[in-house]
Amino acid sequence: MDFNLSEEQQQLQDMLRRYVAKDYTFDKRRQIVASEVGYSPEAWKTFAEMGLLGVTFPEEFGGLGGNAFDTLVVMEAFGRGLVVEPYLATVVLCGGLIRDAGSQAQKEALLPAIAGGELLMAFAHYEVDSRYALSKVATTAEKRGDGYVLNGAKSVVLHGEQAGKLIVSARTSGGERDADGISLFLVDADAAGVSRRGYRTQDEQRAAEIKLQNVQVGADALIGEEGKALPLIERAIDLGIAALCAEAVGAMDAANEQTLEYLKTRKQFGQPIGKFQVLQHRMADMVIAAEQARSMAILAAAKAQQTDDPAERRHKVSAAKVLVGQSARAVGQGAVQLHGGMGVTDEMPISHYFKRLTMINILFGDADHHLSKVSDALLSA
Amino acid sequence: MDLNYTPEQEAFRKEVREFIRAELPEDIAYKVKNRLRLSKDDTVRWQKILYKRGWGAPMWPKEFGGTGWDAIQQHIFDEECTAAGAPRQLDFGLRMVAPVIMAFGSREQQDYFLPRILSGEHWWCQGYSEPGSGSDLASLKTRAVRDGDNYIVNGQKTWNTLGHHADWIFCLVRTSTEGRPQQGISFLLIDMKSPGITVRPIIMLDGEHEINDIFFDNVQVPVENLVGEENKGWTYAKFLLGHERTGQANVGAWKALLRRVKEIARTEKGDDGRPLIENTRFRDRLAQVEVELLALEMTCLRVLSTGHKKAPGPEASLLKIKGSEIGQALYELAMQACGHTALPYLPEALDPTYSGELVGALHAVPAAMDYFNTRKFSIYGGSNEIQRNIISQMVLGL
Ligand SMILES: Cc1cc2nc3c(=O)[nH]c(=O)nc-3n(C[C@H](O)[C@H](O)[C@H](O)COP(=O)(O)OP(=O)(O)OC[C@H]3O[C@@H](n4cnc5c(N)ncnc54)[C@H](O)[C@@H]3O)c2cc1C
Repeated sequence: MDFNLSEEQQQLQDMLRRYVAKDYTFDKRRQIVASEVGYSPEAWKTFAEMGLLGVTFPEEFGGLGGNAFDTLVVMEAFGRGLVVEPYLATVVLCGGLIRDAGSQAQKEALLPAIAGGELLMAFAHYEVDSRYALSKVATTAEKRGDGYVLNGAKSVVLHGEQAGKLIVSARTSGGERDADGISLFLVDADAAGVSRRGYRTQDEQRAAEIKLQNVQVGADALIGEEGKALPLIERAIDLGIAALCAEAVGAMDAANEQTLEYLKTRKQFGQPIGKFQVLQHRMADMVIAAEQARSMAILAAAKAQQTDDPAERRHKVSAAKVLVGQSARAVGQGAVQLHGGMGVTDEMPISHYFKRLTMINILFGDADHHLSKVSDALLSA
Repeated sequence: MDLNYTPEQEAFRKEVREFIRAELPEDIAYKVKNRLRLSKDDTVRWQKILYKRGWGAPMWPKEFGGTGWDAIQQHIFDEECTAAGAPRQLDFGLRMVAPVIMAFGSREQQDYFLPRILSGEHWWCQGYSEPGSGSDLASLKTRAVRDGDNYIVNGQKTWNTLGHHADWIFCLVRTSTEGRPQQGISFLLIDMKSPGITVRPIIMLDGEHEINDIFFDNVQVPVENLVGEENKGWTYAKFLLGHERTGQANVGAWKALLRRVKEIARTEKGDDGRPLIENTRFRDRLAQVEVELLALEMTCLRVLSTGHKKAPGPEASLLKIKGSEIGQALYELAMQACGHTALPYLPEALDPTYSGELVGALHAVPAAMDYFNTRKFSIYGGSNEIQRNIISQMVLGL
């Protein structure tokens, strides 16, 4: 076993941490989230130059041929800086799906464009009442002529309004919650019949409601086999969860560092508040939570990319999401509490870490959702 | 022992319920029940309606225009108001400054201020905390220096709730630097229209404006606005903390919120498409809070029924800690129930005239904002750490 980063990964980490600390400051981020598009095209270009946007793509498609541990390094650094660019949606989810399930033509058309920073993508899968169920797909795709016609609505699509292309899940057969019969389609975001309503999210990122009304796509829009997309979706979401776990670890580290600093500098009753034992213990628990989360983020990265045993993969990724979600909650709440009134202001970065950590817990299933998965597995084990 | 309400109390409950049904404006109740944004006018309008009925101050004695209700009646009234979606009456005037004015204020202060609090004419805010003095309130530095018939006040107060609506502020100010810090503090009533006062908004983590910094630059305050004696302000402030023992528990509000969360869980779908309330993992969480809340209600009633005869024990701190934790847990469950529809930030939909589209149900709009905002419960009014210090040190003698 080896828990060390490779030399390249170490360099990547150093470079990214420097970048976030110097170029992606909290003030800079404030401007970015207030902008019309809600992300920085300039930062995106920099990410492309750094090779981040194709880090896990094969070299023949403009990538670096890396793996989920590279994603871990990237997302951890992004978590520290509360980076809001559409990396998860474009690179991890959609890029991952194309890389793992796309046709040669789709890979050629899309992966270099993503890696080069020219194309943003969004994964339009969840529906408004799907909660976290991955097989709930009411959107339909009807075979017509050579292609398909899509109808339905997708909800809280991360960066859906910014994307140039969407990957849409739709039913080619079966009932609303059947595991079989779900297919994935590549859809131009400005295709006739696609309407998007973008908005801010609670953690200052962007998402959209997307309606599909008689949207026509060709046969070449299908990703993978018709009706067999659920395993692909599950794997993509597991890779997404692993990325979120890493992001959470970065955010927890930063929140803990800032809180520790506050405990040392904020004085009440003539002494730094860090002298009060009850706060010392809470801070210690927050650091423990972040360390446990780090271990689980590494496990999630290792398991998410494995292809041979999906049940084992899902089990471990769910376990990671439980622990990371709970840790994110404990660290977020603790960081705010130890900051007193300062903790609930918009002005201090700490509340923004808290909000992102809260939403990371919710995204792709909260701790309770994934605990149910782990718990159900006990019955069959 | 008898845990039942008496027939008189039941009759009283009925009377209150009927009054509220007839008089509470529907638009206000709609906002409160859906947790939409309330305006100053909503709170004032309701205060005026209660005032007209003679119920403007449920917690005051009759001699000052209050209802003279006993503690159980107040509890019933609160429960009925919160259940019906009445806005919370403003604490700062009714529950905070008024008891101090009644106990320590001059006859003139009582005659002038109390009727105006009662009628809703004066909106009060609380000026205790300062940037350097939060938990350690006694270290406060805002100075009041005597100059003829005035005090000249200089300094900064912060975290001031709804001060941007306020007509008056009650402040703790430093009038002496001699002796222990607690000994040089005075209790001043200050007109918010006084020249030299600047109110600066502080935006909270949910993006809303609810609190403020308040700056005092050579503000003249007539000496008649000193409450009681100079340098005795700390005693009055402490009296206030002991006085309001059950208000912080918020039992009525949390019972209403528990019902709301149940309702949300009935309409939201779980992963299997069934109502979320059928998911045992979620339901157990709600049940756990329900048990805690029931215990809090019993504790509250137990404290109330012994009245204020007993010397203050751990009750005030206990009720603050449990009340805040239960409220926070319920708001967290409301957010959790919404699943991924808690993610969108649509503050414009908190305006009752909003006619645009939502994402999921209306209850998803305030869900995360409420969860974020209510982290304040364990911070303000003496943080929960400070409350535990009070129990362990003052009550248990550790
Ligand atoms: C939304 C909101 C509204 C408010 N409204 C008002 C208002 O209207 N008027 C007003 O005067 N004030 C108001 N306050 C101020 C509030 O009372 C203070 O925030 C509170 O007293 C804590 O002070 P602080 O924020 O300076 O935190 P600090 O005192 O700096 O505390 C920081 C952390 O240290 C902990 N701590 C401090 N001392 C100890 C100790 N001895 N032992 C253990 N832990 C300790 C605290 O519990 C907290 O976790 C409001 C605050 C908020 C957040």
